[in-house]
Amino acid sequence: MTSVADLMAYDEVLDRFDPVLGLEVHTELNTQTKMFCGCTTTFGAEQNTQTCPICLGLPGALPVVNAVGIESAIRIGLALNCEIAQWCRFARKNYFYPDMPKNFQTSQYDEPIAFNGWLDVLLDDGSVFRVEIERAHMEEDTGKSLHVGGSAGRIHGAEYSLLDYNRAGVPLIEIVTKPITGTGERAPEVARAYVSALRDLLRALNVSDVRMDQGSLRCDANVSLMTKDATEFGTRTETKNVNSLRSVERAVRFEMCRQGAILATGGSILQETRHYEEVSQSTRSGRIKETAEDYRYFPEPDLVPIAPSREWVEQLRATLPELPWERNNRLKADWNLSDEEFRDLVNAGALELIVATVDAGAPADEARSWWVAYLTQQANTRGVELAELPITPARLARVIVLIAEGKLTTTLARQVVDGVLAGEGEPDEIIAARGLAVVSDDSALLAAVDEALAEQPDIAEKIRSGKVAAAGAIVGAVMKKTKGQADAKRVRELILERCAEQ
Amino acid sequence: MSLPTPSGGSASEGRAISRGDVAHLAKLARLAVTEDELDLFAGQLDVILQSVATVGEVAADDIPPTSHAVPLTNVFREDVVRPCLTQEQALSGAPAAEDGRFRVPRILGEEQ
Repeated sequence: MTSVADLMAYDEVLDRFDPVLGLEVHTELNTQTKMFCGCTTTFGAEQNTQTCPICLGLPGALPVVNAVGIESAIRIGLALNCEIAQWCRFARKNYFYPDMPKNFQTSQYDEPIAFNGWLDVLLDDGSVFRVEIERAHMEEDTGKSLHVGGSAGRIHGAEYSLLDYNRAGVPLIEIVTKPITGTGERAPEVARAYVSALRDLLRALNVSDVRMDQGSLRCDANVSLMTKDATEFGTRTETKNVNSLRSVERAVRFEMCRQGAILATGGSILQETRHYEEVSQSTRSGRIKETAEDYRYFPEPDLVPIAPSREWVEQLRATLPELPWERNNRLKADWNLSDEEFRDLVNAGALELIVATVDAGAPADEARSWWVAYLTQQANTRGVELAELPITPARLARVIVLIAEGKLTTTLARQVVDGVLAGEGEPDEIIAARGLAVVSDDSALLAAVDEALAEQPDIAEKIRSGKVAAAGAIVGAVMKKTKGQADAKRVRELILERCAEQ
Repeated sequence: MSLPTPSGGSASEGRAISRGDVAHLAKLARLAVTEDELDLFAGQLDVILQSVATVGEVAADDIPPTSHAVPLTNVFREDVVRPCLTQEQALSGAPAAEDGRFRVPRILGEEQ
C-alpha cells in the first residue's frame, strides 16, 4: 500500500516529466443476446440463469457470431473515424482463470475489426484535444467472481471463489488509444474528457448502456512518465477498476505522482496491473503483467473470418445518428448560446439533463434555467453531481408545463421540486398532498383582494385615481394572504377590475 | 503462431523446440511435467514440429497461411434470445457449487 509520503507533488512531476497515457475502454454492447450464443444479456438476473452449453464451454458446443454485435462494432469504428477491416478473424486468448469457463476468451488479436481512428474531445476551457485511436476490437465479457473468506472480498486470503457466468460471453468492444502525449498538466483532464466523450458517442450510437456504475463501460488507464530529455516512453502501469469519470481523472493523477516519486529516487517502475481504490483515491499493486505471447493467441477455428463488404460498411455508415459534437453545435446555435455558456453547461453536467427535459416537453430556456440555477444550487448543497439529484427530467418537465399552464407559480414550483427531491413522488401527487395548486378560484381571490384594499385605503385610492403602478403593493399583500398560491397576474387583473368598479 | 522464446535449458542445434520451451508451455498449461518428461516431450514435439514444417517447404510466399479449411466468411445469427439452461442444469456438472454459483478453489497470485 502506497502512503501519501510516497507521492511527488503534482507540479514537481510536471517540472521533471512528461506524462504519456494509453486508455483502454471496454464497453458491453446492449444486444439482446450474447456474442456467440442466444443467451439473454439482461443485467442483474439471478446467478447462473443466463448460460448455455456454448458460454459454459461444454464439450462439443459451437459458437455462432451475433450479427448485431458485428454491426455495432463497425458502427463504433466508423463513428471513431476508423478504417474497417476488409477481412479479420477472432482469436483465442488462452489463460487459466475461472472467470472464463472455456479457459480462453474469444477476442481479436492482430486483426481488429476497426483501426486507425480518432476522437476529438472537448476540454474544460472549450479547446479540443484529438485522441488517436489505435483499434477497436470485438471480444466477450467474463463471468463475475465472488471471493469468500479473507478481507473485503479480495483474492488475498480468500478461502475459495464463487462464479456466476451470466455475464460470460456478453459482447464487448475494446477501444484502445494510441499513446497520448503532449497533454502536460492536463493529462488527468484529457483522460476524463476522453472517456466522457466516448460515453456520449456510444450512447448516441445506442450500442451500449454505458453505465460505468454497472460495469457496462470500464476504463483501464495506462500511465507512464518520461523525463524531459527522454526519447523513449517510460515503463507503464495499467490501472483497472476505474468506475467513474472522476476516478479516471484521479487515478491518472495519482499514478503520475506515485511514479514521479519512485523515478526521482532512482527507482524503476514495475510493469504491472494496479487497482484503483475509490475510498482512498489511490492505486494498489495487482499482478505482474504477463507478456503478450503467454496468452498464446491463435485464430479461433470454430468461427469463420469476418469480411465486411464495402457496401455493407457504407450501409452502416448511413445509419450513424447525429454524433455528439454535431449535436452540440446544433444545440448551441438553437439555444443561442456562446461557446463559453455552452461549455459551462457541459462542465456542469447539465447538457444531457436539459436535452432530456426538453424532450419531455419543456421549452429549452426554462429547462436550462432550472438545471443551471435552482437545481445546481441543490446539487451543490448536497455535494452531489447534478445527474445524481433524485429528480428525473420528465418530472421537471411536468413542473415546467404546470407553470406554463398557470397552475403553479415559480414559488410553488420550487416547493414541488423540493418535494420531488425529497422523494414524495410525481409533481401532481405532491401538489395534491401539499395543497400547492395555484388559487384560481376568483371568489377566494376576490375576498383576499377586498381585504387587502380595505387594509390599505390610501393605496386603493391611488389606484382609483389612475396610478396603476401602486397595485404592486396590493398584489404583494394578496400573495402573502394566499401563501404564494395565487397567480400574481390574475391578482393584478382582479385588483384593477375591483378599483374600476368602486 | 510463433513459439515462445526459449526461457531456459539448452536448445540443441537444429531443434525446433527446446527443453526450456516445453517447461514454459507446461507451466502455462498447468501440467506437472517431470524432468525426465521434459526431455521426452521435447524430443517428441520436435519430431511433430519438423514434420509440420515440411508443409512450409511446398507453400510458396504467395500462398497465405490457412486457418480455416472451409471457404466461408460472415456466418452470423440473428440477435434473438434462445432459452437458457436453468441454474440447476448449469450447475449439474460442477464439482462444487454454493449459493447458485460454481465453487472453485482459491486463486493465488493471478488476480485478473
